[in-house]
Amino acid sequence: MSKRKLKESNVESPECISQVQKIFRERFCHNCAGGKLFGMEQQYRHLLELLKRTTVHGESNSALIIGPRGSGKTTLLNHVLKDLREMKQVTENLLEVHLNGKKNPFLSGLLQTNDKVALKEITRQLQLENVVGDKVFGSFAENLAFLLEALRRGNRTSSCPILFVLDEFDLFVHHKNQTLLYNLFDISQSAQTPVTVIGLTCRQDVLELLEKRVKSRFSHRQIYLMNSFDFKQYIKIFKKQLSLPAEFPDESFAQKWNNNVEHLSEDKTVQDVLQNLFHHTKDLRSLHLLLMLAVSAVTVHHPLLTAADLQEASRQHRTDSKANIVHGLSVLEICLIIAMKHLNDVYDGEPFNFQMVYNEFQKFIQRKAHSMYNFEKPVVMKAFEHLLQLELVKPLERPSVRAQREYLLMKLLLDSSQIMDALQVYPNCPTDVKQWAASSLSWL
Amino acid sequence: MNTRQRSKLIYSWYGKPMSSDRKLRTSQYKGILITSESSRTETCIQLGDFILVEGVNADQPYVAQLVDLYEDGAQHKRAVVQWFCRLEEIPQNKRKLLKREVSAQEVFFDQVLGYDTDIAAETIIKSIMVLPLHLGEELPIITLNKEQTFYVKQSWDGKCFKVLSPDTFSKLKEANKKRGVIANSSKAFIPSDILTPVKKDTESVVRSATKPKNVDMGIESKHSASKSSLAKERHSQRVANNDTKTPTARKKLELNSPTRSKGKILGCEVLGLLDDDCDAVAPVEPSATKRKVKFTSEILGSPPKIPCSNDKSKSTSDTAEHCQKFSDTLRLSPFTKIKDCSEKDKNLHGKDDNLTSVGYQKPSSQSPVLTPRSLRTCAQKTSALIAEQISLLKSHGKSAAEEDFLSDSDSSYSSSSEEEEDDDVPCTPEKKTKSRIIFSTPKSSRKPAVHTPAKTLKKTPLPGTPRTPRNATPEIPRRIQAAQEPASVLEEARLRLHVSAIPESLPCREEEFQDIYNFVESKLIDGTGGCMYISGVPGTGKTATVHEVIRCLQQAAENDELPPFQFVEINGMKLTDPHQAYVQILEFLTGQKVTATHAAVLLAKLFSTPGPKRKTTVLIVDELDLLWTRKQNVMYNLFDWPTQKHSKLIILAIANTMDLPERIMMNRVASRLGLTRMSFQPYTYKQLQQIISSRLKGVKAFEEDAVQLVSRKVAALSGDARRCLDICRRATEICEFARQKRTPEIVRMAHVTEAIDEMFSSPYVNAIRNASLHEQIFLKAILAEFRRAGVEEATVQQVYHHHVALCRMEGLQSPTVSEIMAICSRLGACRLLLVEASNKYLHMRVRLNLSQDDVMYALREE
Repeated sequence: MSKRKLKESNVESPECISQVQKIFRERFCHNCAGGKLFGMEQQYRHLLELLKRTTVHGESNSALIIGPRGSGKTTLLNHVLKDLREMKQVTENLLEVHLNGKKNPFLSGLLQTNDKVALKEITRQLQLENVVGDKVFGSFAENLAFLLEALRRGNRTSSCPILFVLDEFDLFVHHKNQTLLYNLFDISQSAQTPVTVIGLTCRQDVLELLEKRVKSRFSHRQIYLMNSFDFKQYIKIFKKQLSLPAEFPDESFAQKWNNNVEHLSEDKTVQDVLQNLFHHTKDLRSLHLLLMLAVSAVTVHHPLLTAADLQEASRQHRTDSKANIVHGLSVLEICLIIAMKHLNDVYDGEPFNFQMVYNEFQKFIQRKAHSMYNFEKPVVMKAFEHLLQLELVKPLERPSVRAQREYLLMKLLLDSSQIMDALQVYPNCPTDVKQWAASSLSWL
Repeated sequence: MNTRQRSKLIYSWYGKPMSSDRKLRTSQYKGILITSESSRTETCIQLGDFILVEGVNADQPYVAQLVDLYEDGAQHKRAVVQWFCRLEEIPQNKRKLLKREVSAQEVFFDQVLGYDTDIAAETIIKSIMVLPLHLGEELPIITLNKEQTFYVKQSWDGKCFKVLSPDTFSKLKEANKKRGVIANSSKAFIPSDILTPVKKDTESVVRSATKPKNVDMGIESKHSASKSSLAKERHSQRVANNDTKTPTARKKLELNSPTRSKGKILGCEVLGLLDDDCDAVAPVEPSATKRKVKFTSEILGSPPKIPCSNDKSKSTSDTAEHCQKFSDTLRLSPFTKIKDCSEKDKNLHGKDDNLTSVGYQKPSSQSPVLTPRSLRTCAQKTSALIAEQISLLKSHGKSAAEEDFLSDSDSSYSSSSEEEEDDDVPCTPEKKTKSRIIFSTPKSSRKPAVHTPAKTLKKTPLPGTPRTPRNATPEIPRRIQAAQEPASVLEEARLRLHVSAIPESLPCREEEFQDIYNFVESKLIDGTGGCMYISGVPGTGKTATVHEVIRCLQQAAENDELPPFQFVEINGMKLTDPHQAYVQILEFLTGQKVTATHAAVLLAKLFSTPGPKRKTTVLIVDELDLLWTRKQNVMYNLFDWPTQKHSKLIILAIANTMDLPERIMMNRVASRLGLTRMSFQPYTYKQLQQIISSRLKGVKAFEEDAVQLVSRKVAALSGDARRCLDICRRATEICEFARQKRTPEIVRMAHVTEAIDEMFSSPYVNAIRNASLHEQIFLKAILAEFRRAGVEEATVQQVYHHHVALCRMEGLQSPTVSEIMAICSRLGACRLLLVEASNKYLHMRVRLNLSQDDVMYALREE
């Protein structure tokens, strides 16, 4: 990976680069569409068998897929469904009720905020509306009775099995009386239309939220996704995610790119970056985010990824958001924050008000009158309000008409280490301020 | 309308007591007079007459024959009746025994023993006609008082349908004849000069009582023939409503009476017949009638048409001679005979075919100019004309004798043509009998008569009328490929172990079963009401046992060991609102769909008034606790009804908690619930073992020890049979995964253990072990902070300081605050931590969602 090599490849066509960027954007942003499965073969098999039995034998079931955010619950389900649809015994033999708003909709707890909406959505997706005719869907009670009647009429051998996918399952638990869940699980446990209810959730304690009779009807099948891979597998995933597919039009470039990725994965700095990320989170989405930032650096003149790109991306990825804000503050505002930091030190995290901060600032000004311009109080107040708007400071209670603004109690939302870090990189910071920040007693 | 009329009716005996029993202090009478105050009419009903008796549902009166009338010791007027039952009174599952379509006008001679034949005379509504027919006969078509002419072909004894015995047949026929005579004599009984004013009165009363909608319909009739037939239909209903009270209207019945031949119908009857019928039509077509006269007279002049239309409508009356004539025509036209036979054969699906054959045959046998439709419209016009003339005559005050010039052929023709119009009633029985819900509401049951022959010939069942959800039958699409049957032993076992699989018997609940059975059975036999409260934790077989009881009782009722009963089930969880319970119960019982408040009123009325023929209702209320409302009126009503004298309501209430009555019910509700309680204990391991082995009888899929392990484990945790079955099912799957070759494998201990672990192991420990390094350090930092502060709660800022210190110790790069916040929210989403709203940033408070020991255990292992 010398610079010479890079220079040789400087002549790549812009089409090729845009193609590369398109591929990676799709891969990293639509993380549920064509994503590959990593380390969940067993879960995959379990779920596939379960759904196959539903479609082929008409067996009713219920299951929960539980795993932290970004662990691939939806990806797993999509994969299983895709493979299931390709099987020939299954084609056209499974009705799916997915609820979510997107192209591939799922029954999502965020969209179907109550049972009424959820029922309408189910009726719509089951296309029972044509039976309903021109009926205006008025009452919730009728809807429920209608749907239950429809499901009750079916039986194991003759009715088309229905798959209910409940995304954000934990939110359905909060619906009144858990009516929807009770009825779905009850159908899955009785000789009616075969249904399989799959819930997706990230909450480990979801079973405790179910009411006892709902819980009793749930089959207690739980499929856990844990991101249980180690760092070696993580590197492999990194390589797979970053390599170009074989069907890439420009084969020589694809070859070059893939070789480069292979080199990168053995590079020490890249490994450090990845290790760092891996230590923070095993979530593949954050890896995608990092790679997305890195791939954005690829241009016509810079066609291959380098370790430096990844490092830069990692730096961006890791930066502290509040410290970033502190960078853009004026000297006066920095001074106020330092004053607050000292107050915090002195009073051990007790809340303060503007007057206290102003007094602290005045003390500093009086000592260093030669280096700092003495601002008037309204100006300082304005600067303080700016900090308030940036949410670096937060009032303890809502501002009322009665209380004077100067005496509202506040808390600083920054840690002293964040302030010190921000000051280190603050451009053109006066030395006096830096000294004052280091110690409130620096004048002694 | 019945209820409105009832309030005005006065019942008095007709004539002197025939005989009296001094001991019992009863005296028998031969007739009863029903006087309506408002319309000042009297109706006499005598022994042997057929009557309508108030039913459960105001729209569906019962049909009966009056056998005896007497006054008992307490001066109550009583009547003894022979019941006839309508199709809808026969259980749904028995109806298919009939193997033919039954029109709404057909009733069955009731030989069910369970019904009370002794009723209060005040429940009699009016007299009607019930005509005995032979099984193969088509229903004769009577238009004018369709509402009150019934036919009986078969008898029903609770189990099967039988052809009427010749004995009964002749008796019924006799009754009809007698009735005709009595009707004549009763006409003499009332002076004829008050005839017209009385009639006018009633008519105006009824007119004002009918909704303006009907009038609209009448006006609309000029637009389309089909609609006018509807209007006519409504008019005939109107006639039906008031004719028991008016002697003129009663005379109309004689149209079919055997004592008179068709030709001898009096003009005044035509008046009665057509006056009501046509005054909606007449005013709107005053100009057109003149021209039509010729046309109709042409029709009348052509002799072959009348027998022809008679042929089509099979018969106009059921006099013996006419039957003879009918069979003659059958003999004459072999084609119709074949048709008739085929009708008998394939009653259910062959209707349409028959229709078409009728349709094709008609033009061929008739003069080709007249399609049936035009014939009918012509008939209408004719009747309109006649009506006009009659009204003219009437207004001039002419006597009835003058009206005789309206030839009898006219009247007979008009009646036959109207029968023609009604011909399609038997033609469209499918719609009528298909759904119970339509059937029970008379409005919609009348609907099929709206069909015009033209429509039925085209075989388009009500085009353009969207199916309303009320009678829509919701259905999930059928599957395309057939479901596979289990192939291996394990698959078979899995199928049997599914909770939905219904076992032949319910093991381990014999005692409870017997108790509930005895309770319901005794109440059924006594014909009284009562409540029973059943409690038990989920999965202990409460609902299953109750259903089994009901199934057995239904079986017994079918075998005539018990009086028949209705079974209604509601589930609190399947209701969106407690008050919806009323709606569902009412829909189950009567098929009406009304609002909750109205349903409550109707149900209260239903259960508090005595219904002679009403069956006992067994009501299962599942998940009772969800019917709780602030005022508890739903529960109160539910438990109050069985205490009513005539309710005949047995309630089995099911809930989870044993002390529900004491805990959430008000005293007055709990008191009504009574003390008949039963609690289902959680299953012991032996019982669970028995349940599994009974389900697996004959399938060798499980090791004995494995079953025992599951049972013991579940019994120790909850005693929930569902859980037990689910574990076994999962174990078969694991076993299937594990087996490599296609050798038969049975479920062993290892598989069961794995399944149990999968279902019961706490996910937290595993989740922590698979968390990233910094997440684990964060948890450690939390533990450290808890230990330092001695409080099980910390802010992120405090934890952050510990975290940085720990990272320094391990030689790791310390994370930024943003990263810490991300870690914290991730752990919070998994609910390993409980966190506050994130807008507090560093000052957000954090708590562990599991014990510190668990966290330490999970972290130490590595």
